[in-house]
Amino acid sequence: MSTSAILNICYLIGSLGFIIGLKMLSKPETARKGNWVAAVGMAIAIFGTIFLYIDPETGEKITNLTWIFGGMLIGTILGTMSAKKVQMTAMPQMVSIFNGMGGICAGLIGIIEFRHLIHLNETPGGTLMTGHALIILLGLIIGTVSFAGSVVAFLKLNGNLNDYSFKGQTFFNLFFLVAVFGVALFMMNGDVANAHMMMYVLFAMACVYGISFVMPIGGADMPVVISLLNSFTGVAAAFGGFLYNNGVMLTGGILVGAAGTLLTVLMCKAMNRSLMNVIIGSFGGGNAASAAIVGENGGVIKEISAGDVGINMSYAQKVIIVPGYGLAVAQAQHICHELEKQLTEKGVDVKYAIHPVAGRMPGHMNVLLAEADVSYDKLLEMDAANDEFATTDVVLILGANDVVNPAAKNNPASPIYGMPILEVEKAKTVIVNKRSMNKGYAGIENELFFGSKTRMLFGDAKKMLQELVNEVKSN
Amino acid sequence: MEFLTDVFSQDVNVRMLYIIILSIFVGIEVIEKVPTILHTPLMSGANAIHGVVIIGSIIVMGKAPSDDYLIMILGFLAVVFGTLNVVGGFVVTDRMLELFKKKK
Repeated sequence: MSTSAILNICYLIGSLGFIIGLKMLSKPETARKGNWVAAVGMAIAIFGTIFLYIDPETGEKITNLTWIFGGMLIGTILGTMSAKKVQMTAMPQMVSIFNGMGGICAGLIGIIEFRHLIHLNETPGGTLMTGHALIILLGLIIGTVSFAGSVVAFLKLNGNLNDYSFKGQTFFNLFFLVAVFGVALFMMNGDVANAHMMMYVLFAMACVYGISFVMPIGGADMPVVISLLNSFTGVAAAFGGFLYNNGVMLTGGILVGAAGTLLTVLMCKAMNRSLMNVIIGSFGGGNAASAAIVGENGGVIKEISAGDVGINMSYAQKVIIVPGYGLAVAQAQHICHELEKQLTEKGVDVKYAIHPVAGRMPGHMNVLLAEADVSYDKLLEMDAANDEFATTDVVLILGANDVVNPAAKNNPASPIYGMPILEVEKAKTVIVNKRSMNKGYAGIENELFFGSKTRMLFGDAKKMLQELVNEVKSN
Repeated sequence: MEFLTDVFSQDVNVRMLYIIILSIFVGIEVIEKVPTILHTPLMSGANAIHGVVIIGSIIVMGKAPSDDYLIMILGFLAVVFGTLNVVGGFVVTDRMLELFKKKK
């Protein structure tokens, strides 16, 4: 088999690795393996290139091998060390900085290739107004913008940088972006002799745009921005693929560009905000919600699907269920016990937190759960439960409302002030199952529902619990 | 107009356009039913995958004339940065996914 045939096979395997790996990454059971599938595909494509690539212009194989292997060795050592040593809480900024690395790699490729193109066209009759030049420049711009933006995102998440914005920055950004493309066009159309200097100007402008794009966006929105920059770098990689007629770069780049864009949109939906709002809305100060459910103090609720809850619970270490009147109304105590059994089979520690006035009479919940054969050593009294919430991964609130309302502790004007409550906010995630946003027995709004760790699972308790049981079983 | 005719009359360009269009649909399809708990690891995995741009840096470095110091340095840096994206990306993703070990 000729070397180019083997190389093409390597690129095909690489592309397959990316597609299959990405698909596997979207499911919890196969996610870890999917990561390795993509990595193996990447390795095959990389080493295939090093040993088998033949340059179409010169007909030569890859030279400067010591430099290449040396660079890869340094990158591998630095990359592995920093990725392994960093704390888990710093993961988002690591993703951002590695994204930036990909971006600047694309930017540098653009600079080198454009320099080469300038040299080829410095003779009379040479022109830069070609598709080839456009591809190189677009890769350069997009990669550099992503790099600059990613560095800013990294510094923000790391706490080194604060948000900064000036009046009219949205318009400045838009205008500047047009200017960047304008300069690129001007450069292609103009004197080849000036192109050299202008290329570096373009590079600097792309950096400025990247910085200005990310600067005003709030730290809490950074993951969405990083996901967007992620897809930018993917597109930059795709332009590289277009440039070298390289199938694996094209596939990998476009896959990430498309998947990354959709992921960005999904992340916005999960936050109940639009992408435009994230990018521009930060100037207004508040988080304007696109949905109608806004609390009396302007808070926003976040919904979650039964599928997500099922997965969350399946992979949790400790789950505490808080039953309330809603559970009794739905007569869902048996299916609740079923969920408890399914989770326990998966190795999850499941307990129930029983508030003294949960339901419509003292002991209501105890009776309800006893009827469903729930073992009473799984029932925690309020004080015991309050000690456990801090180490709990998921709290599932089934139709309880006032007994988990923080206003009882925080708001002296509240009718329930002074009543001891179940302090579910201490847990990592709080899932609230209710039929609607209707008020509970005390007739007041519950600020827990608008909390940052809270997700609402709307629906009848029996129906939702059945869905959860099915989800947990299939995980 | 002539530019478009030039581009679309070359088979290789048209084939790449097919790849682009199909890849967009595959990319979207693959992500569609992602549970929120996987959003960040998936983003990290996609991040590592776009490190495929390193292949461009290897090609560039591979044809760099050894007497052109600027290109040699820029090319070397590009390879380092590309490797950081790839290796760092996959290792970070793996760390995030450690939490998804099946119990039992």
